[in-house]
Formats: sequence, C-alpha cells, structure tokens
Amino acid sequence: MKANVLLFELALTFYFFATAIGIIELFRKIKKSSWATLYLTITGFLFHTANIIVRYAQGGHLPAANLHEAASFLSWCILIIFFYHEYRYKIGLLSSFIMPVVFILMLSSSVFPREITELSPVLESSWFSIHVTLAFLGDAAFAMAFGIGIMYIIQERYVKSKHLSSLFQRLPSLQSLDEINYHLITLGFPLLTLAMITGAIWARSAWGTYWRWDPKEVWSLITWLIYALVLHLRLTVGWRGKKAAILSIAGFLLVIFTFLGVTLLLKGIHVFE
Amino acid sequence: MNILVVGLNHNTAPIEVREKFAFDGDKLERALKMLMKSNIAGENVILSTCNRVEMYSGVRDIESGIDNIRNFLADFHGVPKALLEKSLFILHGREAVKHIFRVASGLDSMVLGEPQILGQIKEAFDISLKNKATGAMLNKLMKKTFSVAKRTRTETGIGKGAVNISYAAVELAKKIFSDLSAKACMLIGAGEMGELAARHLINNGVRNVTVTNRTYERAVRLAEEFHGRAVRFEDFVSELRNTDIVISAVEVQKYILTKDDIKHTMKARKQNPVYLIDISDPRSIDPGIDGLDNVYRYDIDDLNGIVDVNEEERRKEAEKAEAIVDEELKTFLKWQESLLAVPTIVALREKTEAIKKEELEKALKKLGPLGEKEAETIEYLAASIVNKIIHNPIALLKSAGEDQEIIIDSVRRLFSLEGDDDER
Repeated sequence: MKANVLLFELALTFYFFATAIGIIELFRKIKKSSWATLYLTITGFLFHTANIIVRYAQGGHLPAANLHEAASFLSWCILIIFFYHEYRYKIGLLSSFIMPVVFILMLSSSVFPREITELSPVLESSWFSIHVTLAFLGDAAFAMAFGIGIMYIIQERYVKSKHLSSLFQRLPSLQSLDEINYHLITLGFPLLTLAMITGAIWARSAWGTYWRWDPKEVWSLITWLIYALVLHLRLTVGWRGKKAAILSIAGFLLVIFTFLGVTLLLKGIHVFE
Repeated sequence: MNILVVGLNHNTAPIEVREKFAFDGDKLERALKMLMKSNIAGENVILSTCNRVEMYSGVRDIESGIDNIRNFLADFHGVPKALLEKSLFILHGREAVKHIFRVASGLDSMVLGEPQILGQIKEAFDISLKNKATGAMLNKLMKKTFSVAKRTRTETGIGKGAVNISYAAVELAKKIFSDLSAKACMLIGAGEMGELAARHLINNGVRNVTVTNRTYERAVRLAEEFHGRAVRFEDFVSELRNTDIVISAVEVQKYILTKDDIKHTMKARKQNPVYLIDISDPRSIDPGIDGLDNVYRYDIDDLNGIVDVNEEERRKEAEKAEAIVDEELKTFLKWQESLLAVPTIVALREKTEAIKKEELEKALKKLGPLGEKEAETIEYLAASIVNKIIHNPIALLKSAGEDQEIIIDSVRRLFSLEGDDDER
C-alpha cells in the first residue's frame, strides 16, 4: 500500500473510534469528553497531517485538487478550528458534536479515487493555495458553527421544555453557545469573502474574467449572502439564539451542497477532472 | 473499646424534643469535659445540629455505657428521663459504624445527599480533638467516615441536582446565561419567597438588583439590603428592557406581565434573552409567552417538577452510595477486629518465631557441623533473646488497660503484623 493511502486509512480509523466514543459519551453520565476521545482525535490528526504532507510533496501542490483530497483537507481544517476552540473555551462534549462531521467527511473522501491529480497548467499558480486555504478555513468555521448550533438547539429544547436531563447539566449555557456561534460566523464570513476575492483574481489571471456564473460560484454567492444575512439580522433586529442557530445549521448544509453537491450534480469549471 | 451511638434525630423525635437536648453555645465543650472527667466514655464526639443530637462514644462495656450516656443526656440538660426513653435511639458495633457513615454521606438526612452535614461532623470532631476527647478508635472511625463521605459524594450523584425551587431557579439561570455577575435582576414583590430567590441569585454572582413593590417603601427597604435600587410599581414594565432575570412573587388576580409587555420588551432589548421566574400563586406572568424566542419562563409547578426529578435521581444514586457504605463498613470492621489482643499476640509470636528460625538456619549452615551441645546453646540463645524482647509487649497486650487499643495498634505497626489496615 502506498504511504499516503496507509496514512489516510489510519487517520480514518482513529477518527472512527473518536467519533464512536464521543457518541457513546453523550448518553452516559460523563461530565465532558474523555481524554480518550481527544487523544484518539489527536493521533488521527497526526496521521492525517502526514498524509497531507506526503501528498503535497508528491503532487507539488496543495492536496485539494480532487474530491478525495478536498473532503480530506476540509476535515483537516475543521480539526484545526476544533483544537483551537477546545483549547480556548473548553466546552464539554464539543467533540461529540464535531467528530461525526469530521468522520462523515473523511468517509465520503475515502470513496473517491485517490490518485494524485495533475493541476492543469492554467490553474498552476500560488493563487490556488491561497484561494483554497481561505475557502476551506472559512467552511471549517461554518462547520464548527453548525456543531455549536446543534448543541444550542438541543440545550434550548431542554430549557424550554422544562424537563432537564443529564445532558442538560453537561451542555454549556445558551448564552455561551450563542456567543461562540457568533464568533465563528464572524470568523468564517471574512474568510469566505477573501476566498471569493482571491478566487476572482485567480480566475482573471487563468481565464481572463473575474466572474463566470459557474454553478459553484453561484452557490458560493448564495452561501455568502446567507451568512451576510445572519450577521445583518443579528446586529439590526437581534436574530440571536435559536434563529441564529438554525441559520448556521442551514448555512453549513448549503456549504456542504456547494462543496460536494455542485461538483457531483452540476458541471462547471470547479469540477475536479 | 466498643463504638456506641446514642441520640435523637428527625427520625425519632420532633423538634420540640430535639431542641431540649441541643448542645449549643459552650454546652458542647462543657459536656465533653464532663464526659472525660466522669469516666462515662473514654472517647466522645457530639454532633448537635438542628436535625440531630447524636453522641458517638467509645466505651468499655456496652450495657453500662448505654445507661451512663442516657443518664448523662438527661442530667446534663435537666430533662426527665421519661421524655428521653421515647425519642432515643441506640446503636452499637456494626450498626453504629454504619449509621455514622450514612449520616456523613447524607443518606440519613431529611434532604437526601445534602452537603452541610459532613461539615458539621468535621466541626464536631475538631472540637473533640481540641478537648482531647477522642482516642485511637474514634480518630480512626472519623477519618474513615470522612473518606467514605467523600467517596459517596464523588462516585455517586447523591448530592447532584437542585432539590429546592430556589436552587433549581439558579441552576437554570446558569444554563441560560454564561456569567451571572453581568446580569441584572428585578424582584417584583417584597415578600419572603421572592427575597429568598433573589438572595440565592445574589449568592451566585448577580450584583445588579432592582426591587419593585406595590408599597414603595418596602421596595426601598429591601433594595437597600440588596445594595440595589427601588422602582415604583407603575414603572416596572418599562424597566424590564434592562433586566435579564425577573423574579415575580406577588399576589395578584390577573397577569402583571402580558404577552404584549414581553413582546415589546424583547424588541427593545434586541432579543437579548430574558429569564422569568414566576413564583406567585396564582401565576402572575402570562404563560403564553413560552412560545416567544429567547424568553424563558418558569413557574412554581415547573420548578417543582425539576425538583421532583432531581429527588428521584438522588434516590436512585442513594442505592449506589449504600453499597459504598457497606463496602467501607467491611474494611473498617476488619481493622477493628485486628485490634483484639489475642490474635495480636499470636501474630507477634508467629512472626518472631519465623525470624528466629530463619536466622538460626543461616547461622548453623555457616558454622558447618557442630556438636550437640554447641547447637543446643545457639538455639537456646536465639530463643531467649526473642522471648525477652517480646515479653514486655505481650504482657502489656494482656493487661487490658485503658489504652489497650493504642498498644495493640502500636504493636501491630512496630512489628508490621498481618491484617493491618493499609491507611497510614
């Protein structure tokens, strides 16, 4: 087996166990995610990082040039954001909500062909790395907002229903979840904006025009508008709490559609060859 | 030394009787001193709280010990013995130890798993220590009791979840807001219930308090106590926009806060969450507001519902705690058994005999073939050294004096005999 494939399989396996334990822990009376989940995640992440480095060295460009690489690189970006939040906010049970997203992305990555794709010469420029990294980090922040949004919805249900379970005790307060959600969107939104700008510049140098209304561009624009709306409504009429949580969940589903759906269902220049 | 528990508590006697026997003020130290001087019991800890008056003692003889302590209780408090007969409970040996473990774990408390009792036992023990009223047995028992209580509390959920409505209200506040000290609270109504709820919030960090009441003067008085400010009853609705937590404890016939009030307030505060605690009966806040986003309303029934669930949960956890108590009881009884003189003497003899034999064999092997007389002399020498060394300890062990347990315990430690407890 080739080194990068082996590394990928190892990462996937570790993520699987971290996800499984994380989900089990939701239903057991454990205060916060155990160290086992975190260590499994970190180990998986190290293999994952090695896989990305190996592919980078072999392909000579950022490994985000086909669906297999893109889904894998997005999971990697989500984990970067996750580790930061785990360290910064120490939210109990966060990994139980994020690892499933990471694992599902990695699983979908694993079904696509794993060959290292040559970038077509028109695309070969440093704009590629910049555009992709910005876009993926932005999407990762939205993924995180999605997980936090789900936590919010669950906790809000408990508080509103007036029946408090043991999970209620272990989830953070509504206000903290809402604030973190807001922080994440204020992080993801500028990243997405920059990604679209750099993409346009790159498109200009590769194809001669800034914007071509290709399906991916259109859907990214829709995503951008949704998150712009989330921020706008929050600041003007106070769409916070549940509404913000629902919007950030919907927003991420749109991200995933733009990311995988558009490539698989609709054709365009962003489609990986 | 036998462990004895004599006392009365909320299970055996009503408060009118219990308070007659309370060791409050300096009575506790005086009682300890009297007990030590009068030779009623060699070791004493007295636990006197509003729910229980319990005397934990180490006595030589159980029968006479019970009589003496019973008489002491009646005499000390100047209460006729007849009154005591009906309300007293008496436990000794295994049951006494188990009782103390259960009390410290909150398993015997009126509110299951309540935490204060452990602190009260610690305090009672400290006072006994200060007055030199305890010995090896009770010291060991108390130390064990604290570790049992710690185990039951950390390994089970017996102390988890609010079991009165004020605590439940605070628990909810902490799940709605991340930092209570940054939140503003308004108390509507200057009654006792509302005051209690507000106090709990203040104890948990809330600093900004506003009070409103029909009689403005009472609002002012209470606001001063809370270092807050008072608002006239006519104006309180417009104040709501700056309020995150509302406690409503008023007697009214119709809602003082309607859905429209809250809708307007929410708009004015840009949907910043509001938590409304309605402890009025009948309710004073329209329950129809539950459908609004970022509005969290709880009434007495809701809070009682939470309390019921938590109580049920604690009852379940109590079974686990009882298992821990039983387990720890066994280890303690094992240690206590080891304090008997006879097995200690046997163990000491066996141990020294084994050492003697081993060393003799080594020496004889080294010396090679010896004459019968020489071998006999050497064996005699070894035996008599050993016997002389253990003669005094054994004599002391057999003496059955006042401090016998200390001697037994010391001998076991000095010679590191089997059956010793691991806790050092």
